[in-house]
This record gives sequence, C-alpha cells and structure tokens, in this order.
Amino acid sequence: MANLNIDSIKDRTFDAIVIGSGMSGGWAAKEFTGKGLKTLMLERGRDVKHIKDYPTTNMYPWEFEHRGEMPMALQEANPIVNRCYAFHEDAAHFFVKDKEHPYVQDKPFDWIRGYQVGGKSLLWARQTQRWSDFDFEGPARDGFAVDWPIRYQDIAPWYSYVEKFAGISGNKDGLDELPDGDFLPAFPLNSVEQYFSKHVKGKYGRHVISARCAHLSKPNQIHLDQGRVQCQERILCQRGCPFGGYFSANASTIPWALKSGHLTLRPHSVVQSIIYDETKGKATGVRIVDTNTKETIEYFARIIFVNAAALNTNLVLLNSTSHRFPNGLGNDSGVLGKYVAFHNYSAHISAEYDDFKEWTTDGRNPAGGGYIPRFRNLRKQETDFLRGYASGFSAYRGQNRSWDGVGSSLKENLVKDDLGPWSVGSHMMGETIPKEASYVALDAKQKDDWGVPLLKISMDYDDNDAKMKKDYIDQLTEMFTSAGFANIKASSDHRAPGLDIHEMGGARMGNDPKTSVLNKWNQLHAVNNVFVTDGACMTSTSCQNPSLTYMALTARAVDYAVGEMNKGNI
Amino acid sequence: MNRREAIGRVGLILGGTIIGADYFLSGCKSTSKKVNELFDQDNVAFFNEVGETILPATNTPGAKAANIGNFMALMVQDCYTPADQKIFVKGISDLDEASNKKFGKKFMEADAKQRTELLTDLDAEQKAYTKTKKPEDPNHYFRMMKELTLLGFFTSEVGATKALRYVAVPGHYDGCIPYKKGDKAWAT
Repeated sequence: MANLNIDSIKDRTFDAIVIGSGMSGGWAAKEFTGKGLKTLMLERGRDVKHIKDYPTTNMYPWEFEHRGEMPMALQEANPIVNRCYAFHEDAAHFFVKDKEHPYVQDKPFDWIRGYQVGGKSLLWARQTQRWSDFDFEGPARDGFAVDWPIRYQDIAPWYSYVEKFAGISGNKDGLDELPDGDFLPAFPLNSVEQYFSKHVKGKYGRHVISARCAHLSKPNQIHLDQGRVQCQERILCQRGCPFGGYFSANASTIPWALKSGHLTLRPHSVVQSIIYDETKGKATGVRIVDTNTKETIEYFARIIFVNAAALNTNLVLLNSTSHRFPNGLGNDSGVLGKYVAFHNYSAHISAEYDDFKEWTTDGRNPAGGGYIPRFRNLRKQETDFLRGYASGFSAYRGQNRSWDGVGSSLKENLVKDDLGPWSVGSHMMGETIPKEASYVALDAKQKDDWGVPLLKISMDYDDNDAKMKKDYIDQLTEMFTSAGFANIKASSDHRAPGLDIHEMGGARMGNDPKTSVLNKWNQLHAVNNVFVTDGACMTSTSCQNPSLTYMALTARAVDYAVGEMNKGNI
Repeated sequence: MNRREAIGRVGLILGGTIIGADYFLSGCKSTSKKVNELFDQDNVAFFNEVGETILPATNTPGAKAANIGNFMALMVQDCYTPADQKIFVKGISDLDEASNKKFGKKFMEADAKQRTELLTDLDAEQKAYTKTKKPEDPNHYFRMMKELTLLGFFTSEVGATKALRYVAVPGHYDGCIPYKKGDKAWAT
C-alpha cells in the first residue's frame, strides 16, 4: 500500500463510491453528484469519451477494410463474443475479447461484456419498457423465487423521473401489462405492422405496439442541455452516436455528472473487494488494482453503490470476505450468487405477406418496429408452463432480384428499384425462472491478472423454457396464419444462455434477510451503506427489457441512501 | 453496414472457419509483385477483369472502378477458410482452363464478348452445382468470385452512390409512404 499518510487518505476519501460506469452506474453518479455528494466512479476498463472516442461513428461502408465482415482469425480467436449480433468490424473495439478476461463455464454461457466507461450502454438494443404488477407480483403468485419487496407504485414515479431525462419514445397504449410512461413521440409502425396490430387485436385481444425505445424522436430542453439532439435514424448506434440520439451513459449521465464538478472518474480500476470494518459494522471503502501500474489502492466513502454489471457485481460481493462475512459481503442468507437467470431469445419466426404493395417506408426505424407485450398467463395461469414471453414484430420489403447470369443484364437486375412482397419476422423474449441450482461462484484456484478469482457460471434452460418456446412458436404461427401471412418458417436455435445479454440476479431483493441479499431499497440487509442497483438485484426476470428498471431502481436507491445519510443512519 | 446486411445484399453466405493460410505461401511462383500471402498483382488484374465482366461499366461505373480485384484478394486472405482459399486460388487456373477449352486462349487474352460468354457458362455451372451440393461438399470457385464481386461492388463508394442510392443520415423515418418505383434501389 502506497502513501499511507493522512493527506493521502483524505485525497482518497469521498462521500460516495460507484463501482461501474454503465447503464446503472452512470445513473448513480448523476444522482449523487446532483445532490452535491463528492463521488468517485470506478471503471475497470478504459475511458470512452462521448464522440471523441467513437472512432468508427462517421465511417462510410466502404471505409471498412472488410466492409463490416470480421476477419476469420478474429472470429476464430473469439468464438464467444463472435456469436453476439453486434460484434462486427464497426463496433468490435467495444466488446471484451474472449481471451482478455477468461471465466469458467460450469455450463455453457456466452458472457458478452463491454469493459469501458459507459459499459454496455454504448451497445445496447435500446428497448425500454416499464414493468407492471403482473411482473412484480409474479413470484408470489406463481410460487417461485421470493416475493419482490416492491410493487409498481413504489417504482412508478422513478420510471417517470428517468424517462424524462433519458428520453424514451413511445405511445400511450393504455395497457395494464405495460404501463405508459413519460414519452417522446413514438416511431410509427409501417403499413403491415399496423395491419397485423389491428388484426391480432380484433381476433385475439392481443397488442402490437410501436416498440418503446431510448431514442430522442423529439428532444426536450433537458436533452438539449445534455448536448444531445434528435435521433437522425442512421441506425449505427453500436458505434456510439455523435448526436447523442440514443441514451448511453457516455452521452448522458456521465457528462452530466462531470459537469457538476463533484465527480471523479477513474478508469483502469479493477475492484478487488469492498472493505468491511468489523467494529463499525459498515463498509468503509473499496480496494482496487490500477491496471496500468498494478498498484493496489484503497478508496473510502460513506456510501458504496455496486453497479459492476449483474455477474461482476456478484463477483465483487463474493470476493469481499471478512471475519463477519466469510462467504461474501452481506451473504448471511447463503443465497448470494444463486438464483441467477436470463431471457430466452432462442426462437424466431418469419413469413411473407403479399399485400399492401402500394406502400413502403422511408428512412430507417430506430425502434425496430413493433412489440407484442406478454399475453400468456397474464391475469391467470392458463398453460402448463409458468410465466410468458414478449415478442418483437417487424415487417420490411426487399427487392425482387434475380442473381442469374453476368454482365449488364445482371447489373441492371441488381440496381433497379423493384420492391417485392413484405417479409415479416418475430423473435421471442421469454422470462426464465431463477433457481437455486443456477449460480455464479468464485473459482477455488484460478485467478485473473489482478488477483481476483475467476467467476464460474452455471445456468441453463429447463423444461419450463422448452414448453414456453413451443407455445411461442405455436401462438405466433397461428397469429401469422390467421393474418394471411404465407411461407411461415419457425426456427429454434441452440444458443447458450448469455447471448440475450440479460443475465440477472444473484443478489436478489426480498423482504426476508434469510432468503434475500437486498431489501426494498436495494440496500444490503446486513450492511446498510452498500447498495446494489444493477441486474444483480433482480428477484425475477419478467420478459421486458431490464435496463429502464435498473435506471429507475438506481435513482430511487440514491434518493433513499442520501436521505438516510442526512438523517445520520448511514 | 454490418455483416448481416452485407450478406443480405448479395444473398449469399461467406466464410466458415479458418486456421492459417501458411501453406499457400509456396504455391505461387509468379514474378509479379505480391499483394498479400496468397496473391500477386497479376492475380489482382485478373480479378478486376473477372469482376468487370460480372458487373461491367454501363451508364454507371463497373466493378473495376471499385478496385474489386484488391477487395477479392483481401477478403479471400482475411475472411475465407483455408479450404475455400484453396478452391479460390485454384479457381484462377480452372477459369483459364475453361477459357482455353472454349476459345483456345486464356481469360485475359479473350475479348469482352468472349469473357461474358465464358462467365455466363460458368455461372450456369456453379448454379447447377450449388443447387445439388451437400453442405460438406466444396464450394464452386466461380460462385465465390461472383459473390465477392457483388458484395465488394455494392458496398464500395461507386457501387453504393453511383450504381445504387445511398444516404448516410436519413434524418427521418416514415412508416407509410406510397410506393413509386424509383430508378435505383437503396444501398442500405
């Protein structure tokens, strides 16, 4: 330990420390600094400054050496991350390569990570839906996991709070299962998406809505104040957006927090553990390794937020052992690292529709098209599996093309504008059940370059997932058939969990300290100045995309933590 | 443009798995200057003419204007499996052989009309072959050449902006507009 003098300790002492700089960590930093707290944000990877560090953002297709294709040698060296839909020549620099940060697959798990300032908020698919009480009451109603300690009314004002700042486009659809938010104008459905929406509503009472997404369809002053402007519909989001057209920590929360003057951002800082003081009964700080100097440094604060991304948050807590907590910080219950789960994205369906040929679209839709909220087992149990799935739905027209021959006739065939029938497609987004047998844990022997044990991961699909997938294929096939779609093709892939990039749980919230890690304020039951507000906190997974809920839980937890600090309770 | 879009554009699948390209190093005895481990400048000139025959200059530029020869050489080296690399390299002499058989001269010595005639035959050959081939059977060299010509040309600056229409920043999205057949398709 270097420089253990009083001044140095003072320099290394903050009001709050936030571990992680992505989706939820960015919000924690923004909220703490907004309340005037001197805040340290720790990020294990490099800095990525908005615009300046988006090297490919304004490149034309022909400026990429391989026109987007990944060279074989890179694919071969990265079998895991290469399976991610966004790992291409234009954004590969934002993904962790397989060999850089190994982990142990007790069962196959494709762990997709973004180790840089902003984390995966640079790379996410930007779909943002609120949860409802059908989700928060799910475990209690259906008898799995533990009851959520919160209900929709606890989080609703915080959804509004984060939506207004992040900028979420959508329609007020008036659905109980997908509560309306504080929206910017929605991106429209196209003619076939509208047709399908009307058809399934009439025939099944089901809904196809404009997908709600974190894009500035029509920015308000608060977005302009962040230096962000209207989404320009380029759909090159994974490169980082020079317009700030979509929400990322890099474009929004982090620069906002930095502007306050209260934030110290420290990249290249791998957190080894949280320091627990047995006499005070509190966490006093965080021990990091500087990845450039390999130096171990301790930082101190009254409040610690763990936002390292779901599985790495588990790793940090499990590795924070002490006499009081031999099995990981706050792990009196023994459930830390257990009950992890994910989303089932392994089914797709496509078809064609030979109508509405007098219509087309212009530009590119950042929302991606339509969203079918969960309709299965919603108000009551109606199938032989628990829970349900949401579905994407989109329609587009490709060109009628003949690839035959060579020469000027071939060229003419390939360049002419002659739109063919509509292609339609849907993909499944299924809720999976957190189980005790699904876990992450520390490897007993292997450590990484910074002395931190490797993470072992074990989760898998189960019989409930298989039945749900079959139901998705059956239901969507029926809906497609009755809508008059032709050439319907359902497909089921054998992807490992992880590619959904929605891993959750391990430090779940709950009312009972005997069966959960966090209370209703995302506060460790056993250590009242440590909070977890990323995916690790999730008691169940629902089938909505989770990021908006992490943002809202984070803002809510910071508000609570600062209130408690001001009352002298922390 | 990402890989899926690029492939969607040509409607064909590239690649597979790769190991190394080392064993091609000794295979090339030409005195022409190397452009990479697999190919030399004569090969690039050859690919340019093959590409130009597949997508010729018309009222818009052709594949040669997009330096399709360089693109093919690069993509085969960086993005092809060793098995496909081998087929592609051998494809150069296969194509010349077919030309010899048909016209009694190599491809580069044939005139434009003969080249088009020859490649039309080879395209029919690859189409028939691909239709019945099993997944584990080798690919046809001319399919690869055609595939790379299409991908490389339509993602090139001249291909995307002159032959097709390209807009970098749409700035809007309309879900429903009446379709009026235009002159050119969109590049992305």
